Amino acid sequence: MPLSHWLRRPRNMKYYDKLIFELSKEGRSGYSLGFSSFQEASFTDIPADLLRKEAPALPQVSEIDVVRHYTNLSQMNFGVDTGFYPLGSCTMKYNPKINEEIANMKGFQGLHPLQPSCSVQGALEVYYNMEKALSSITGMAGFTFNPCAGAHGELTGLMIMRQYHLLRGDLKRTKVIVPDSAHGTNPASAAVCGLEVVVVKSNADGLVDVADLKPLLGDDIAGIMMTNPNTLGLFEKEIGEIAKLVHECGGLLYYDGANMNPLIGMVRPGDMGFDIMHLNLHKSFSTPHGGGGPGSGPVGVCEKLVPYLPVPKVVKTSEGKFDVVCDDEKSAGQVSGFLGNFGVILRAYAYILMLGRQNVKLVGKFATLGANYIKESLKDCYKLPIPTVCKHEFVFDGLVNDGSRKASDSETEREGATTLDVAKRLLDFGFHAPTIYFPLLFHQAIMIEPTETESLETLDSFIEVMRKIAAEAAEDPAILKAAPHNAPITRPDETTAARQPVLKFQDEA
Amino acid sequence: MATFQYFPHTEEDIRTMLDRIGVKSMDDLYSDVPDGFIFKGEYDLPDAMSEQEVRDFFENLEAKDVKLKVFAGQGAYDHYTPSVVPYIISRSEFLTAYTPYQAEISQGTLRYIFEYQSMICALTGLDVSNASMYDGPTAAAEAVKMAPSCTKKKTRVLVSKTLLPNVVRTIETYAKYHGIPLGYLPVMDGHTCPHHMKAELSKGDVAGVIVPSVNRFGIIEDLTGFADAIHEEGGIFIEYCDPSALGVLKTPAEWGADIAVGDGQSLGIPMCFGGPYVGFMACKKEYLRKLPGRIVGETRDTEGRRCFCLTLQAREQHIRREKATSNICSNESLMALFVTVYMSLMGPEGLKEVNSRSYAAAHYLHDELIKTGKFEEAFNQPFLKEFALKPLVPVDKLQSKLLEGGFFAALPTEEGLVTFCTTERRTKAEIDALVALVKEA
Repeated sequence: MPLSHWLRRPRNMKYYDKLIFELSKEGRSGYSLGFSSFQEASFTDIPADLLRKEAPALPQVSEIDVVRHYTNLSQMNFGVDTGFYPLGSCTMKYNPKINEEIANMKGFQGLHPLQPSCSVQGALEVYYNMEKALSSITGMAGFTFNPCAGAHGELTGLMIMRQYHLLRGDLKRTKVIVPDSAHGTNPASAAVCGLEVVVVKSNADGLVDVADLKPLLGDDIAGIMMTNPNTLGLFEKEIGEIAKLVHECGGLLYYDGANMNPLIGMVRPGDMGFDIMHLNLHKSFSTPHGGGGPGSGPVGVCEKLVPYLPVPKVVKTSEGKFDVVCDDEKSAGQVSGFLGNFGVILRAYAYILMLGRQNVKLVGKFATLGANYIKESLKDCYKLPIPTVCKHEFVFDGLVNDGSRKASDSETEREGATTLDVAKRLLDFGFHAPTIYFPLLFHQAIMIEPTETESLETLDSFIEVMRKIAAEAAEDPAILKAAPHNAPITRPDETTAARQPVLKFQDEA
Repeated sequence: MATFQYFPHTEEDIRTMLDRIGVKSMDDLYSDVPDGFIFKGEYDLPDAMSEQEVRDFFENLEAKDVKLKVFAGQGAYDHYTPSVVPYIISRSEFLTAYTPYQAEISQGTLRYIFEYQSMICALTGLDVSNASMYDGPTAAAEAVKMAPSCTKKKTRVLVSKTLLPNVVRTIETYAKYHGIPLGYLPVMDGHTCPHHMKAELSKGDVAGVIVPSVNRFGIIEDLTGFADAIHEEGGIFIEYCDPSALGVLKTPAEWGADIAVGDGQSLGIPMCFGGPYVGFMACKKEYLRKLPGRIVGETRDTEGRRCFCLTLQAREQHIRREKATSNICSNESLMALFVTVYMSLMGPEGLKEVNSRSYAAAHYLHDELIKTGKFEEAFNQPFLKEFALKPLVPVDKLQSKLLEGGFFAALPTEEGLVTFCTTERRTKAEIDALVALVKEA
């Protein structure tokens, strides 16, 4: 497709300025409860001082106001269904529509979470079968589905790690090793779990430096958190050696499943020696991200850690029925209200059934193929700090030629285009931006993850636009610096937003 | 290679891509993986299903569940969902977007989060709200974790035993591993005991106290004097609320609370076997920088137009790593949209009507159940939509009788009481049918 097509792209996202509160008019409403079969009651038995003085300042709008308002808001948004979303570490693959249909089935939506297990055998079977499916895909022995997101899974996994050491009376193990390239949630989850973070450095190849790791290991180490491939998209080749070393010192290995996608169908964390892991069903298993949740962060463990999984848990009884266990003496405890985000688990289960054992083998390969294709096609325009084969994603360190120049007789000095500018310019061409300024190892990091659901044509269009942007930067970085030109808004003033916070409608002057 | 609808790769495409990369096969892309780690076995998964087979499969599973009339609460409530809400939240622009990192093409998400924050503040009367938490119990646990950081030298948090059991257990788990000592406030006549609280506060180490607004017996707690007592000792007052009930009940701000948390499920979210729901957290502005999670703020773009962006991110894990206020990253954004659309449709009058109808139904049921002679009053305390009774018949017999008749009701408490709950969805005819069954029990 010629580049001119992309430049002529019509602006189909338009600016819309209302807040729902601004549509409000006293006396309107958007609901109908019908006639009541009870006499009008006005809280007669509730003492007046237990009631609020004024009604809450919620909008008063009719149904069509609500529908138009949120439809207009949606048109200022960009999702996977809108276009290519190569956001590194986020695995923005296509979200199949059958998943939505299944999750919206009335029979599932109407189940109360505390219903007796005899009345929810179908729902419990979903948990049981999913536990088996994920165990097979990852090489773990058991899973909990109670964590509601990836970071929640990390925290739960670390709680299991601590519980294991605590119940062994091994009280000294209060430190956890985290690579300098790790996702920010890793050290944050460790801190929430009461663990001290010890950082292990990466070597020149972007991998965990085994020589740096060795002196950190001792009887105070609870374990290590790793993602493999790591956040540079590189496979940690020394994982066998690392697992051996960590286990020898009495620690456990935690696998951050945010980067599981390239390994699906190829490599299993359990086989690499990991004892605990989480998966992001909203990444690797195709459930939609919903603008930042709901996700689901199931945690898998090896055989010896199964008793430490959180409660409540779903079990199969000797009579072949499913039941929920709420007390278990070794369990790490309860980490959320009920059994996690059932609606998300249903979606992921539908996806796994569609894939089946045949197609599951291709997920990782196609994801890896696409990433390497983009990398090889752009490495002359963007700096590639580590030029080896990558997995599902890779990291550039900014532009080869950012267009900056020093003042000379004929020309004025100008600043070069940064990674932020490249990202903003991409929006003009109908692409979401990659993850930027992460990992922290590179100052101008651009982290690209295409996923297995994108076609060659989509990848080629992206490559073409990335090359065009690189050419623009070299010629006139100002075009990039003023980008986006085609989005509903230009760049927001984030500094003022933080300095003078306006965080609700009523705060507006 | 067999074609599969989620993979757009033709044989020719694969060849083109491999050629550009300069390798012979896709397996070569895994040459850096030690051979022993390549999985060579067969996955224990069913054969790939067609879409129709998947549909049939789940219809079969769904049929194994029993559809019941829900007269139970305990943290999940069968409120009515207006048709517009699922319609709006299934729009792909909302559903298939990520966290709004690129503000310029995420104004839809950012605006509804701002509206959500505004509505949570309107319900609670507090100054600031974050963009959402996972659910009520985890929001409570995060609030408990916040208390010591808001009060510096104090460490212990007091937890009311009138909170829902799953809230207490989640708090206990987080507190255990984070290293926050807990104390408990016992139940006194269906309430959090204020005398015990004062005695505990006088020990001088209390960073915070968490109590429910409507407790696990359905009783609306009278929190008179709580804020003063807690604040005098330098502690943080955390209230666990049912946001639907806040449409009519005294607000956390009016009670003098510093932090309000709870589960947004009662704002029309389907029970869906426990999730996804949405936790909320609001606080006074002095604790803004201790608040976990995302926050959206208003600002202007370079052309002066009003717009919205993620703000105060220096609190968050991707900037602060182990020093962040929390590890939360993905939250429950789409469910925040759900309750925002719900509250927009209902408005102040709708929320009030939901409560008044739930109240009327619950009080009718309560009185009819007492009349059967199978129950006694457990407490003489005000309640809204949920209440506890002392059963005079064996609980398991009662429950199975109701279950056979298609009702989910009479959840036992640890004291041997049973709870009932009615929302505006329960009709008089349904209640009469339930009562008729109780009479037979």
